[in-house]
Amino acid sequence: MKTYEEINQKIKSGDAVVMNAEEIINYVEQKGLTKAAEEVDVVTTATFGPMCSSGCFINFGQSSPKIRITEAWLDDVPIYSGLAAVDAYLGATQLRQNDPANMYYPGDFRFGGAHVIEKLIRGEQVQLFALSYGTDEYPTKEIRTYVTLDDLNQSQMVNPRNCYQNYNIATNTSDRSIYTYFGHLKPKMQNLVYCSAGQLSPLLNDPLYTTIGIGTKVWLAGAQGHVYAEGTQHSSDCNRSENGVPREGAGTLSLTADMKEMDPEFVRGVSFKGYGVSLALGIGIPIPILNEDILKQTTVRDKDIYAQLIDYATDYPNATGKSLAEFNYEELKSGEVSYRGKKIEVSSISSYSKAVKIANRLKDEIQNGSFTLAEPYKKLPPKSSTKSMKIINEK
Amino acid sequence: MTTRKYLLQFPEKAVGKPLIYHLAKDYDLMVNIFRAKIDPDDTGYMVLDISGTDENIKRAALFFKENGIIINEKMNGLTWDKERCVSCGNCITHCPSNALAITDRSTMEVSFNDEKCIECMNCISHCPFNACSSIFNNTK
Repeated sequence: MKTYEEINQKIKSGDAVVMNAEEIINYVEQKGLTKAAEEVDVVTTATFGPMCSSGCFINFGQSSPKIRITEAWLDDVPIYSGLAAVDAYLGATQLRQNDPANMYYPGDFRFGGAHVIEKLIRGEQVQLFALSYGTDEYPTKEIRTYVTLDDLNQSQMVNPRNCYQNYNIATNTSDRSIYTYFGHLKPKMQNLVYCSAGQLSPLLNDPLYTTIGIGTKVWLAGAQGHVYAEGTQHSSDCNRSENGVPREGAGTLSLTADMKEMDPEFVRGVSFKGYGVSLALGIGIPIPILNEDILKQTTVRDKDIYAQLIDYATDYPNATGKSLAEFNYEELKSGEVSYRGKKIEVSSISSYSKAVKIANRLKDEIQNGSFTLAEPYKKLPPKSSTKSMKIINEK
Repeated sequence: MTTRKYLLQFPEKAVGKPLIYHLAKDYDLMVNIFRAKIDPDDTGYMVLDISGTDENIKRAALFFKENGIIINEKMNGLTWDKERCVSCGNCITHCPSNALAITDRSTMEVSFNDEKCIECMNCISHCPFNACSSIFNNTK
């Protein structure tokens, strides 16, 4: 048994034993759970993939004369300005003004909010266009200028839903191509696409939210941030395996960190033909090995983590909840699975190799004493489910 | 008589010279153009067969170089940007010749073998990260 304080002391003195969630599997197999739990202080987990529910709060600083922005655009992408004078929220999936979207189906969606976020973090200049109705104390009615990340007073990424614990595998049973946030799904189940780092993924290594909770410190694209709430659509009350690992979507996290500390390698605007724009993010979360049970959960293997195969032509859009089959991540990562006697090609839209890189970056930072752990002050809801929208026709 | 197939890439300043005229008049070469994009304000390319004596083809190649024209002997107009690629692997099932592939399933890293590339350009529309581009694709 260890405490957060003891582990942080070891981190600060440079003595912490840290492994990533892939390395720990063989280590525990060789050393045994008891011995390994005494030796290992932290296991690092990570994921890299598109996370649509992301964005950032920005403060531009005041102009002279001052402005109370009522409408604004960054590189022609509308930003939300129903906040104080020069505060705004830039959402990842926001399309550029006048993007034809799916008018000429499938649309290309070359540029949107996520790409503006990426440009800012790369240190590039973006154009600000802002309007106001003008008031006595904020007389300016229109501004067109250029800003970089350095020019902003604050630029805090605030993401309501990141790090999905597990996710669907997508396919298309119809006889035409469909275009989704999983990319192009070919007709008649010619391909499957998944999105998870499997055995490296944060919430699959802490399936019952023992150490990952509200207040947990996280590595968000290179910046030190934290979990500020459970993520939207957090549905911990789900179908789970005997090891506690969800066999479907399940838990999510709300994360925040300072964009000025981020590394552009791990913040990428993405364009999905026919779907839209999203932001791919790299996230690492350390798991303190406080006891054997916590360690045991981190030894979960790809072959013990299952996901559901969902038909994105019918069942997903119609919310039927139907699953065609389930596969584990070892099968999925092999690049081919068998379904009803037919071999189907598999690809992913998350990056395992980037996740490994992030888990190792976090490991290095903990080992060199620059990343310490924070004890969560509140648990994630253990038994929450997601409500559907009520459609009221008459009132 | 020898026939060679070339992909010529024109930097901005080289566009606008009467290249084909010189090939025919100065080097006695026959030229058959398959595809070309020539824009006086931009870079350009030309895919063509050149037929003539070995000596004249060699001299023509020198003439290209002297005029800043790049001879792309691999005939490959597709560029895979390793830095932009995150190895998500979404392209893999859309690449018919396996030029883009995950050769090691333990690292799950995507690699590009330009010798296998058939320039179908599937990867361009299927890469969410905009890692693939082609000189033959004007929308990029």
